[in-house]
Amino acid sequence: MTTDTSTTPRQTASPGRPFARGLMPAPLPVQFLDELGHRVRVFNDDYPEPSSQQLVAAYSAMVLGRRFDTQATALAKQGRLAVYPASRGQEACQIGSMQALSPDDWAFPTYRDSMALVTRGLDPVEVLTSPHGAAHCGYDPRANRTAPQCTPLATQLLHAVGFASGEQRRGRPTVAMAFVGDGGTSEGDFHEALNFAAVFKAPVVFLVQNNGYAISVPLSKQTAAPSLGYKGIGYGIASEQVDGNDAMAVLAVLNKAVAHARSGQGPVLVEAHTYRIDAHTNADDATRYRDSDEVDDWVRRDPITRLEAWLRHAGLIDDAFVASAAARAEAFAADLRDRLAADLDVDPMSLFANVFATPTPQLLEERAMVQAELEAEEASR
Amino acid sequence: MTLTTAAHSGTPAPAPAPAPQQVTMSAAINRALRDAMTADPDVVLFGEDVGTLGGVFRVTDGISRDFGEDRCFDTPLAEAGIVGFAVGMAMAGFRPVIEMQFDAFAYPAFEQIASHVAKMRNRTQGRVNLPIVIRIPFAGGIGGVEHHCDSSEAYYAHTPGLKVVTPATVEDAYVLLREAINDPDPVIFMEPKRLYWSRGSIPAASAVQAPRFDSFGHAAVRREGTDVTLVAYGPSVDVAIQAASAATESGWSVEVVDLRTLVPFDDETVVASVRKTGRCVVIQEAQGFAGVGSEIAARVQERAFHSLQAPVLRVAGLDIPYPPPKLEHLHLPGVERVLDAIARLQWDDEPDTRFLTSAHSGGDS
Repeated sequence: MTTDTSTTPRQTASPGRPFARGLMPAPLPVQFLDELGHRVRVFNDDYPEPSSQQLVAAYSAMVLGRRFDTQATALAKQGRLAVYPASRGQEACQIGSMQALSPDDWAFPTYRDSMALVTRGLDPVEVLTSPHGAAHCGYDPRANRTAPQCTPLATQLLHAVGFASGEQRRGRPTVAMAFVGDGGTSEGDFHEALNFAAVFKAPVVFLVQNNGYAISVPLSKQTAAPSLGYKGIGYGIASEQVDGNDAMAVLAVLNKAVAHARSGQGPVLVEAHTYRIDAHTNADDATRYRDSDEVDDWVRRDPITRLEAWLRHAGLIDDAFVASAAARAEAFAADLRDRLAADLDVDPMSLFANVFATPTPQLLEERAMVQAELEAEEASR
Repeated sequence: MTLTTAAHSGTPAPAPAPAPQQVTMSAAINRALRDAMTADPDVVLFGEDVGTLGGVFRVTDGISRDFGEDRCFDTPLAEAGIVGFAVGMAMAGFRPVIEMQFDAFAYPAFEQIASHVAKMRNRTQGRVNLPIVIRIPFAGGIGGVEHHCDSSEAYYAHTPGLKVVTPATVEDAYVLLREAINDPDPVIFMEPKRLYWSRGSIPAASAVQAPRFDSFGHAAVRREGTDVTLVAYGPSVDVAIQAASAATESGWSVEVVDLRTLVPFDDETVVASVRKTGRCVVIQEAQGFAGVGSEIAARVQERAFHSLQAPVLRVAGLDIPYPPPKLEHLHLPGVERVLDAIARLQWDDEPDTRFLTSAHSGGDS
C-alpha cells in the first residue's frame, strides 16, 4: 500500500478487459482514498480512476442524498411517513451505483435504496409515496427504468436477471443494477439469481451493500465466508470487494463492472463494505445491539468528508462550491417537506383498480359494497 | 444463449397443419403452445427439462427443436429462480410460459408467485403487468410417489391477483391455455396429470388460427339434469360425469357443472344450476378442509339458500398427506362416494343424523 497525494494520471478505460484476478475478489477491499481522503493504492491497479467530472458530481449528489435521507428520517419521526429505512453513511454506494449506469439501464432497488433513486432523478415525493401511505411504489417503473423498491429481500434480484436476459435477447445493451444487503445474501433467491445470471450470462451487476447488520444481526452471525464477494466465485461470476465508503473506489469498480456486464461477458458481484449509521428504521433501537464506539468509528470514515478532502486537495472544489452544494441540498429538503406536508389522498376505489386488468365479478361486488358503505356514511354526516 | 435478437429474427418451423383430430391432452397442450408461439414472437417457454427432453410428460415435445432454443429452453433446477426470471422477462416485454415440473415442486416458488407475480400490477398502479402462465401438472391418480400428486389449487386461488385455470377436457386444455397465454394477467394453469393421456378433439383449424378468448369465468354445463347439481373442476369432472350416469339407475337426474376457471369464478352458472335442481354436491380431489370446495359450498348457500332442498355437501380428498399408491383409491373422490353424498341430500326431508351425536356424548361412556 502506498500513499500518493498527487493526481494520478487517468488510465485508459478498457471496459472489455476481464478482471485481473479472474473470479476472485481482491484480498482486501479496493481503495483509492483512505479515511483522511489521501490517495492510496489498495488493489486498485485494475480500475481506471473515475473522471474529475464524475467525482465532483458524486460529491454534489452525496451531499444532496444525505440531506434527502436525514429529511426523510425526520419526516418519519414526525409521523409524516409510516416508516423510513435510512441509508446515512452509505452515500458512496447509493450515489456510485447510479452514476455508473447509463440512462437506459435499469435499477432493481430494495427499500433502503431511496437515496439511489433520488440520485437517479426520480421525484423524491414519488419515491416516498409508499411510506407516505400508498399501496404502490409511487413512480412509473418503465418511465424511470427502475423496478419497484423491493421489501422481500433478494427476491427482486431474479427479476433483474430475467429482465437483463430479456433485454439481451432483444439485442439491447441494457445493464441491470441489482441491490442486496449483507442479510439478503443468506436468502435462497440471492443464490438462485447469481446462478441464473451466470448460466444465462445476463448483464447484471449485483451490488451487495454490506452495512454490517441485518436489522440487529451482525455479519458474523450471517456468514462464515471470508468476504461476501466470495459468494460469486462458486457460480462462475467475476467478483470484487470495495471500500464502500470510498466514493472514488466504488465508482471505479462499478464503472468497470457495468462495462463488463454490458460487453456480454456476464454478471459481476461487488461487495461494498459500508455501515448503516442510523438504526434499521425509525422504529428500531440500535443501542440494543451495538455500542456507540463502533458507530463513532464508522462516522470517522464518512464517505462525504473523505471525498471532499480529496477534491479540495486536487483543487476541483472550493468553499464556494461546498457552500452551494449544501444550499442546493437545503432547498431540496425544504421542497420535500412542503410537498409531504399534507396527507396522501387515496381513493377507496383504487383498492379494486389494479388487482386484475379487468376486475372479476367478485371484485365488482365487493367494490359495490364498499361504495355503498361510503355513500351511506357520507349521507349520514 | 446468444446475444442476437433471434427471438424476433427467425421464422419457426411451421407446425403440422391443424386439423380436427383425436389427440391426447398432452398433445393438445403442445399444440396450444406451438400455436401461441407462432402467433406471438414474444411467447417463450422455459423450465426444467422442457427443452431437449420435451418435459417429463413430453408436453413440450419437439418445441425447442422446431422453434429454437431462444424460444424454448432449459433452466437451472430452481423453481423460485424460474418464476423470478419469468417476472423479469415479462417486464422486458416477453410472455413467458413456464413449467413447474410437479405440483409440490412449485412450493419453492411460492414467495415469487404470492409476493410478486400476483401483486406487480397493484404495486405499480397498473403500469407493470405480468402476462405469465405458470403451468403446473397437478393432482393424483397416477400412482405417483410422495411430492408428486398434490392438489395445490387452493393456495393459488386464495391469492388475489392470480387467475387459476384447470381444464377437464382435451378441447379445454387447448382453448384455456391459448386464452391463458393471451391474458394480460398471470395465470396458474393446472394440468390434471392423469388426464394427460385422455383423448379428445382440439378445435377446428379456423378456431386455432383465430381463437376466441371468452372462456375465462365461464363454467360449462357438461351434462344437464334436474335433481342435483354436481360442481367439479379439473380431474374431478370425469368422476362427476360417471357418477351422474350411475345416478340415473337410482332415478336421479344429475347436472354436472365444470368450472374451468376457479378464478375468475362463475357464480352465475353455478347458482343458476342449483336454483333449477335445488341440490348441490361439490367435488374436489384436494383435501377438503379450507379448500376451494368449501368456498363454492359457502357461495352456493349464500346465493341460493331459498332454492336449496338440502345442505350443500362436499366430496373431497381426505385431510392427509397424499397417500401411497395402493391406498390412493381411498383418498380420491370416487363415484361411490359421490353417490353416497347424493343419497344424503334430504330426499325424505328427514334430518341427517350423522352430526346429531357429538364426540363427547357418542364415545365409550
